[in-house]
Amino acid sequence: MSIDTSKVATTTSGTAAVSGQPTKVGAVALWADERLGLGTAMKKNLRKVFPDHWSFMLGEVALWSFVVLLLTGVFLTLWYHPSMSEVTYEGSYAQLRGVSMSDAMASTLDISFDVRGGLLMRQMHHWAAMLFIAAMMVHLLRVYFTGAYRKPREINWVIGSLLLLLGTLEGFTGYSLPDDLLSGTGIRAADGFMKSIPVVGTYISFFLFGGEFPGESIIPRLYMIHILLIPGILLALIAAHMLLLVAHKHTQWPGPGRTEQNVVGYPLLPVYMAKAGGFFFIVFGVTALMGGLLSINPVWKFGPYDPTKVTAGSQPDWYMGWPDGALRIMPGIESHIGSFTIAWNIFLPIIVMPGVMFTILLLLPFLESWITGDKREHHLLERPRNAPTRTALMVSLMTYYALMWIAGGNDLIAIHFDMSINQITYILRVLVFVGPAIAFYVTRRWCISLQRHDNEVLLHGRETGVLMRSVEGGYSEKHEAVSPERAYTLTARPRDEVWTIAGHKDENGVQLPTGRFAGLRERLSRLWFADNVQKPSQEEYDEAAAHLAHADHEEHAEIGSSSEH
Amino acid sequence: MSDLTSPDPHDGHPDTPASVEPVTDPGLPEHTWRPTDVDEKAEKRAERQIVGMFMLSIVCVIAFIAVYVTANVGDDWTTILGLGASNVGLGVFLGLALLLIGAGIIQWARKLMSDHEMVEMRHAIASPEEDRAATLAALQAGLEDSGIGRRPLVRNSLFAAVGVVALSPILMLRDLGETNAQVTANADYPGAGLEHTVWEKNMRVVRDAVGTPVKASDLQIGDLVNAQPEAIFPTKENGYEDLEGAALQIAKSKAAIVVVRMEPEDIIPGEGRDNWSVDGIVAYSKICTHVGCPISLYERTTHHLLCPCHQSTFDLADSGRVVFGPAGRHLPQLPLDVDDEGYLIARSDFTEPVGPSYWERDSKDIGDQGEADV
Repeated sequence: MSIDTSKVATTTSGTAAVSGQPTKVGAVALWADERLGLGTAMKKNLRKVFPDHWSFMLGEVALWSFVVLLLTGVFLTLWYHPSMSEVTYEGSYAQLRGVSMSDAMASTLDISFDVRGGLLMRQMHHWAAMLFIAAMMVHLLRVYFTGAYRKPREINWVIGSLLLLLGTLEGFTGYSLPDDLLSGTGIRAADGFMKSIPVVGTYISFFLFGGEFPGESIIPRLYMIHILLIPGILLALIAAHMLLLVAHKHTQWPGPGRTEQNVVGYPLLPVYMAKAGGFFFIVFGVTALMGGLLSINPVWKFGPYDPTKVTAGSQPDWYMGWPDGALRIMPGIESHIGSFTIAWNIFLPIIVMPGVMFTILLLLPFLESWITGDKREHHLLERPRNAPTRTALMVSLMTYYALMWIAGGNDLIAIHFDMSINQITYILRVLVFVGPAIAFYVTRRWCISLQRHDNEVLLHGRETGVLMRSVEGGYSEKHEAVSPERAYTLTARPRDEVWTIAGHKDENGVQLPTGRFAGLRERLSRLWFADNVQKPSQEEYDEAAAHLAHADHEEHAEIGSSSEH
Repeated sequence: MSDLTSPDPHDGHPDTPASVEPVTDPGLPEHTWRPTDVDEKAEKRAERQIVGMFMLSIVCVIAFIAVYVTANVGDDWTTILGLGASNVGLGVFLGLALLLIGAGIIQWARKLMSDHEMVEMRHAIASPEEDRAATLAALQAGLEDSGIGRRPLVRNSLFAAVGVVALSPILMLRDLGETNAQVTANADYPGAGLEHTVWEKNMRVVRDAVGTPVKASDLQIGDLVNAQPEAIFPTKENGYEDLEGAALQIAKSKAAIVVVRMEPEDIIPGEGRDNWSVDGIVAYSKICTHVGCPISLYERTTHHLLCPCHQSTFDLADSGRVVFGPAGRHLPQLPLDVDDEGYLIARSDFTEPVGPSYWERDSKDIGDQGEADV
């Protein structure tokens, strides 16, 4: 039974269908509406339109891996004991039998070896956590590079950034819970980080650990933070993130029929619900496969935590790698002032630097709109090349992140590539400053040259690969005008407008007061847009189109005339 | 479906007149029907595929149950490819069961549900002018009614009261733990506080895992021993008080040392540390002065000790000086001696706090730390 293609809805506007006979679903809906009164809200939202693009799926990966984390996490709490009291392991793993360890570690081993499916749940939980944070990061990059964080979505950018920060902390508290040698070393280092904070450092450390490190309070406290405090905040923030997404309606790529005023795509019910719901099962299934086939965090190989032991190549989970790298390449500077000590070598890279980077991340949308003076609403995405400075700024930050991350593995690089760890460290100390600058410059120029290319395609047509030989014997490649759809898509972007003090006027042309930093703002705005390539004007485009048509015509004429000879 | 374009096709910047746009919006492209929309055979095929996936998912769950009840965990686990069969089987079948449901639903959405793109108009995020005005008026009226502006004394005293009340939960966090000063003063366990360890005068140096004392003559040049104070291993003979639980972990986390033997002439003794070594045997804290990882990678030819966490490197021939890496301070040295039986003993506790730096640490140069109490 094929669909009657003439009766498919093409828009959500217009009158709603009214059924004569109340259906069963309708009866339930009526019952619910008389008690909840959600009918009005649902009228608009059940068939809410979502635009389609593969990159819009990245946030969904994060969302669904969070759900997987909740499900597998609840499972783990049924057997895990958040206790540091000393027990003698008597479980199934022979190599550790008879070894004394914390109850936390022993119960983790029990989950891994004596509970059927327990290891699967543990590994799924850990893989899903990695997926959660990786997906959030890639989603953040997508949102940034396409300009989706511009007005009115700045608050959602802030919420998303907080989610990334909390997700990272959640990951740290989570992988610390087994109380194995590796995670204990991580907690040991965290104690050192806290103690480096001037004035209050030892107080923070002693309060958190319930006295001196390691004490016997840290695991139960991290457990509470891991399963209650942070997940609660994460849930609330995710809910806010989604509500704002619905309220703002999703951004879309510009294209024929896709404008700032509309959103083109598939309705929530049924298409998007099915696609998103199906995608949940895909994410869940992939983590199950990973949990079944890929070993992660084999704590039984590390053994229980012992403050006098350590393994070579001790590293945190990958998302903690970049501050760890900063810690490794920081010169060992420590000040002794009177009878006090400030450990700059720890405090700066691990407490101050991540805080500064996170603040920069939070401020990016506000910084950009202040510099550009752009207070318009934006619902159409921008290609990264069409905002060269924005793109270059993030690539620069990414380069910084990547170099720090590499520094976090300087020992492994030294071993695997047979290099001197001293030289790697010295080189990285320079590269973390020079690299981002180079990346900024290269990316910016690259974007601008891509913009030029777009204009070339628009004005001189696309390369067809067809070589023409002229009567004189010269060769040339035939260019062909691009389709009106492609031409429209290439030009569907606003022209850049530099913010100037002189241009800062109200509708009647009266100069508006400018802030104290107006001069700086004007200069930054000029730098922001400097050398950007604008789309052609209508005259330029029409002229080029006429030229292209003419050239095409001439070629045909030549071919025609030569065949006559 | 070009009739679906918005009323103003020339994109959404009211400040940009349409005439400067070089290309006009051609509108949404014509919708093309999928084979499943127009070909009954293709539709039936898609339906069969989807049902097949859902059914196969059920089969996977049955296999999952079979693995759960048959594959061993615990003492003797069955293996596949060297991996636990239970884990692999459960993971693979659960994964496939879930993936098949997901793939089935998505196939359903793609092949059978309408793929007709719909257009929804956006509305300004900001509320309409009159709503804003009404809200502001309501806010104003409410504030007027409350008199919050007219009665600053009431308002400010409320703020003060709430602020003070908010302090109480913060105050209650106070008992999370004792401070360093309290821990040190109470001395509930040996070596309490950041400036002390369980080391004391004449305490024997013992091997860290087994607790046997270290005889100076048993160490060869180039040897390294991971050691602990004898108090970590209390017995009836040595008479040290029982250590367990947190007190034991705290003691170990501060008292751990490395003992190395090198050519006596290689040692450059620090100021006032001439008698801290025994025939080329020196002892240093094993806890890195950077963030506190136990250090253990020793290079015997250079006498360098490297921390595996952040690669701080210390020269054990030269008072534990930092030769590379992020550590800001030398490793604390434990003054050594030998007792009548030839076993290594400590001359005193460390003369400076071990482990990572902290604000209250009264850091002094090696020469200013005073003598070990000999």
